[in-house]
Amino acid sequence: MAKLIAESATAQVKSDLIVAEDLSAGYGGRSVWSGANFSFGRGEFVAILGPNGAGKTTLFRVLLGLQHPTGGTIQLFGSPPRRGNPHIGYVPQRHTIDTETNVECLELVRLGVSGTRWGFNPVTHDDRDAAWSALEAAGASDLAHRRLGALSGGELQRIFLAEALVSNPDVLLLDEPLSNLDIKRETDLLHLVNNVVRSRGVTALLIAHNINPLLPHVNKVVYIANGKMTTGKPQEVLTSENLTRLYGIQVEVLKDPHGNVAIIGVEEHHGDIP
Amino acid sequence: MQNAIEAGTLTAVVAGVTGYFVVLRKSAFTAHAFSEIGFAGAAWAVLSGISPLAGLLIGSNLGGLGIALLGRRAINRDTQIGIVLAFSLGLGLLFISLYSGYATQTYSILFGEILGVSQAQVLETMAAAAAILLVLGLVYRPLLFASLDEDVAEAKGMPMLALGMVFMVVVAVAVSFAVEVTGVLLVFSLMVTPGATAQYLARRPSTAIAASVIIALLATWTGLFLSFYTSPPVSFYITGEVFAFYLFVRFVYARFRGERLSQGSLLRPPVDRSG
Repeated sequence: MAKLIAESATAQVKSDLIVAEDLSAGYGGRSVWSGANFSFGRGEFVAILGPNGAGKTTLFRVLLGLQHPTGGTIQLFGSPPRRGNPHIGYVPQRHTIDTETNVECLELVRLGVSGTRWGFNPVTHDDRDAAWSALEAAGASDLAHRRLGALSGGELQRIFLAEALVSNPDVLLLDEPLSNLDIKRETDLLHLVNNVVRSRGVTALLIAHNINPLLPHVNKVVYIANGKMTTGKPQEVLTSENLTRLYGIQVEVLKDPHGNVAIIGVEEHHGDIP
Repeated sequence: MQNAIEAGTLTAVVAGVTGYFVVLRKSAFTAHAFSEIGFAGAAWAVLSGISPLAGLLIGSNLGGLGIALLGRRAINRDTQIGIVLAFSLGLGLLFISLYSGYATQTYSILFGEILGVSQAQVLETMAAAAAILLVLGLVYRPLLFASLDEDVAEAKGMPMLALGMVFMVVVAVAVSFAVEVTGVLLVFSLMVTPGATAQYLARRPSTAIAASVIIALLATWTGLFLSFYTSPPVSFYITGEVFAFYLFVRFVYARFRGERLSQGSLLRPPVDRSG
């Protein structure tokens, strides 16, 4: 019996796509965060929270292989991160795209899969199908022939999502896709991401500033602050004791009858009106 | 005249293709800067008694590689590029003033002398054009990706620095040969204006590149034809034509089509799924 449990525990670890043990990261001798432990399985939707400059994007850079960890281990699909991993779809933090960009959206989405190929190779039927199915999954089919420069913030995020999905990734890294979106567009985009997570079995990590719109969807929360990281189910992580321990100062987590969360007592504000 | 048509045609094709990427990457000012660094090189070459083209190639390539090595955000470093540009022009002026021979060569570097192109120059241009089109063909998709979406392309493992350097060398060589037609000062008329105009005509890169080439070709051919029968120089006609066409497309055509087909591409209906 004990053996069986041990085996199933091993299987559990193996099925986790991303596993970090005592991981730390920093730039040029300066530590950003350290002692991070987490594991994310297939089809999990994870919110990454924390004040500005806490190192949320740094975590993505480590996962993308753009930055080496300064300590500990991190495994993606059982091996260390490497740049250009085709199993990762990435939407970087962006504020705008030049309004003079007259290239159609479909082209950008297609480049998500064909843009890494050298030499003379015309776009194949498979590329086309992949691009259209990614556009459909991102709810952006109607935008395919629009020019990139003419899109609104919400439309642009859907195109970036399609661009990230086109190579059929197992992991999606979304860096603040909700910034600059109004509440309605925020909700719409989160539903789209949630559908992708559920229907394609994709593991999505999403950096956000406001947890409340995410609460109905996410399985886990990563909270980064004060050079440390804490992970778990939202109700476990977002407690007064837990965040007080993390920040090292008194933090109060308040809940309203609808389950919305407000975090008070820190220099950064979360759960407030966006 | 036959040499002029051949050299002009080759230059227009190369400038049309390269120019699309120059505009897409917002490198127009950069391209201009190293055409003027090329001018300093050409003036130095004249002074040293070697071919001005060799000087142009050396100067513009050094300038281009220097800017590429400064890093991915260097394209936006207007101030630094402007400072180097001004210094290059000053250097060029010094070399010209030191040169005791005829000033015609300098004049042709600045404003182009396509009617004086020799058979040997046509062959050189042809070799350069073939090399540029081959290289651009090989890096076409990654370059497009890196130009439209730097951050994602980098995360996908594309060698951004190498791509930037390859592109700068391509532009440097293209500029050096375009200078024979338009001169250093007017090189924009073939390297930037057709590419900029084409972006308003087509939303698909391949179509836009074709449009850019056609604009550059028509301007060069009609410019040669008109200047053959009238007194203004070829370069004037080329700059005038591409400018007039740019204005027309930008302010008349794009606005008119943009309103009618704001949901779709200018060349395709909105719900076409073939693409």
